[in-house]
Amino acid sequence: MKTKSVMIVGVGGQGSLLASRILGHVFMAEGFDVKVSEVHGMSQRGGSVVTYIKYGEKVYSPIVEKGEADYLLSFEQLEAARWLSYLKKDGVMVASTQKIEPMPVITGAAEYPQGILPRLRQAGVHLMEADALDLAQQAGSPKATNTVLIGLLSTMMPFAKEKWEDAIRVIAPPKFVDLNLKAFSLGREAAV
Amino acid sequence: MKRLMLGNEAVARGLYEAGCRVVSSYPGTPSTEISEYAAKYEEIYAEWAPNEKVAAEVALGASFGGARSFCAMKHVGLNVAADPLFTSSYTGVNGGMIFAVADDPGMHSSQNEQDSRHYAIAAKLPMLEPADSEECRDFIKEAYEISEKYDTPVLFRLSTRVSHSQSIVEEGQRKEVPLKDYVKNPQKYVMMPAFAKSRHVVVEKRLEELSLLAEKTGLNRIEWADRKVGVVCSGIAYQYVKEALGDQASVLKLGLIYPLPEQMIRDFARQVDKLYVIEELDDIFETQIKKLGIPCEGKSLFTRLGEYSPQIIAEKILGQKTEYRVFDEEVPARPPAMCPGCPHRGLYYVLSKLGVMVSGDIGCYTLGATAPLNAMDSCVCMGASISALHGFNKARNMEERSVAVIGDSTFMHSGMTGLVNIGYNKGNSTVIILDNRITGMTGHQENPTTGRTLKGEEVPQISIEAVCHAAGINRVRVVDPYDVAQVESVLKEELAAPEPSVIISRRPCVLLKSVPRKSPLTVNTQKCRTCKACFKIGCPAIHMEGEKAAIDSTLCVGCGLCASLCPFHAIGPLGGEEK
Repeated sequence: MKTKSVMIVGVGGQGSLLASRILGHVFMAEGFDVKVSEVHGMSQRGGSVVTYIKYGEKVYSPIVEKGEADYLLSFEQLEAARWLSYLKKDGVMVASTQKIEPMPVITGAAEYPQGILPRLRQAGVHLMEADALDLAQQAGSPKATNTVLIGLLSTMMPFAKEKWEDAIRVIAPPKFVDLNLKAFSLGREAAV
Repeated sequence: MKRLMLGNEAVARGLYEAGCRVVSSYPGTPSTEISEYAAKYEEIYAEWAPNEKVAAEVALGASFGGARSFCAMKHVGLNVAADPLFTSSYTGVNGGMIFAVADDPGMHSSQNEQDSRHYAIAAKLPMLEPADSEECRDFIKEAYEISEKYDTPVLFRLSTRVSHSQSIVEEGQRKEVPLKDYVKNPQKYVMMPAFAKSRHVVVEKRLEELSLLAEKTGLNRIEWADRKVGVVCSGIAYQYVKEALGDQASVLKLGLIYPLPEQMIRDFARQVDKLYVIEELDDIFETQIKKLGIPCEGKSLFTRLGEYSPQIIAEKILGQKTEYRVFDEEVPARPPAMCPGCPHRGLYYVLSKLGVMVSGDIGCYTLGATAPLNAMDSCVCMGASISALHGFNKARNMEERSVAVIGDSTFMHSGMTGLVNIGYNKGNSTVIILDNRITGMTGHQENPTTGRTLKGEEVPQISIEAVCHAAGINRVRVVDPYDVAQVESVLKEELAAPEPSVIISRRPCVLLKSVPRKSPLTVNTQKCRTCKACFKIGCPAIHMEGEKAAIDSTLCVGCGLCASLCPFHAIGPLGGEEK
């Protein structure tokens, strides 16, 4: 099997770490070689952050490059636009409708592009979108946005629902397991 | 058990399995997590030292005492620890000792892009470099064997993509290694000229022996495939080469990256049509291989700047390019920014307002250099803010219009000595210590001022005030950075004072779990007159909605800084009292 790639993009502090760990766990449980790459430190302070998850028979490079991602999971609209170049032509993008203005927009040095998600769809991107923040709040906490998005993504991947739920039980902190399972299932429903 | 492990966690696992007893480090991205994971093992004593030099000396002392020991740092940390590094090469070890150093090609979280491999050559020490998490664990064990067999500290080189990537590791058992006997031996351990001269002879001889080891160790290996192309590489570059070239190239993968296996390289070069050297940053391997008279190509094709990738290699060697789409409009950058509620923001607001020269330092507060605060003039290395301000003022006499800013942990690291210099040499500068009760940028590590150790034990806090007084500073003031009026008046007084002063801007990092979150604030759009006073603080939670300011309730932590600056009292608690 050729190596498959997932990218998670968002804004520092949005919780991509838990999402990448859940994905890594699912792929490992399926018997694949897995690599996950993330960057810590300065860029996490409200900057644009990206995590790569790759799986296959044998994974060498832990990073994903332009035109290579089979799946792109975006926590924020501007980041979906920024990282579009990394998505394969026939790749799937799962995007939250949340917007967070970056500092150049706040200071007036730049403008936040209008209608990002419709424009991505017009450009031929296979896009699934949801108000993941709202769904997370329905599940009980805005912090569960990550598992809502995982729920959406899971419907596009060839692994059983139970495998994802097992991973959430193992990875999420014990007292937040139920919350995350609920968020995951709201995400799956939003995909239908 | 097989598990996904961060490279740094796997290094810690290696320490555990190899019987390491003492770890001393100073945090620095991308090396920090090694010591945090090591501290979780009861069998390992692990501590945060105030700086990398202290950490290295602690590890060296533990080695003299017969234990397997370890210290970790980022690339620039090795500059700080370079003094013990060079002379520990002469003393050698008793228990095995490792200096781990994590380079940051691409400067994800660093102030320069130096290549630590230079240190191995300069200090004449063996250096190992793993390429994934499993090798991180395995190479640590190997490094201790080499350290003890060859009586040498071993350098262990990591890079961001190895330290911060997770790959699968099968956990093994710890092998207890008993303390070695301690025997007094001044000829080996007291490095004064008479003894050091004879130790230098030992160092040169050891390097020859290590060169022989390089030829036979399993750390270096050849993976034969198509022989038209041969590549010499190590670390993360190996992964990129394998992904990009697959069976289209034979690979000589180096694990012991200094000294190099000369004969192995000669034999490899002879059996391939064309030899490439693919190494991020400097041409360390290439220069040594060319010195052997072996033709190869490296930096003529590949840059010295930033990180490599499989696509860069595929393009240069195979002429392949990957197609991709781009968004049809320029996407605004999203640079890192101080968090909503960050206590540094209020202080920087005042510095920006007063327009003083700011001699900066390394930490989250370096972000005060960015728009809209723009309140930093220089930032070089840990501790430089205070000493450089002293020099600046000796040159220009700008004491009334200049300050140094430095964090609590950075002050402990190497700011204290600069302050002693001001106290001693009749300085009159104003130093601001941003005390947020934690080491922030690297992800919340304890330090001597926080009252807790890496192992989580409670200890007395080192008093910043007392240190400042002891350094000869009489004027030491404490302010709350959320109170900008107080910060401004105290700062003006201290700038005007005819003697040196320290202002401690004290409030805990808003991300600390112990800091209670207040409910978010909101803008009363009836009262808001779009004066944009609240935009001057550069808070990520504040933006425009139509013609009025608005606050993102998912980001706001209710610090109230914006409310205190609003001349129309338009900002108040969400759904709260202010209407």
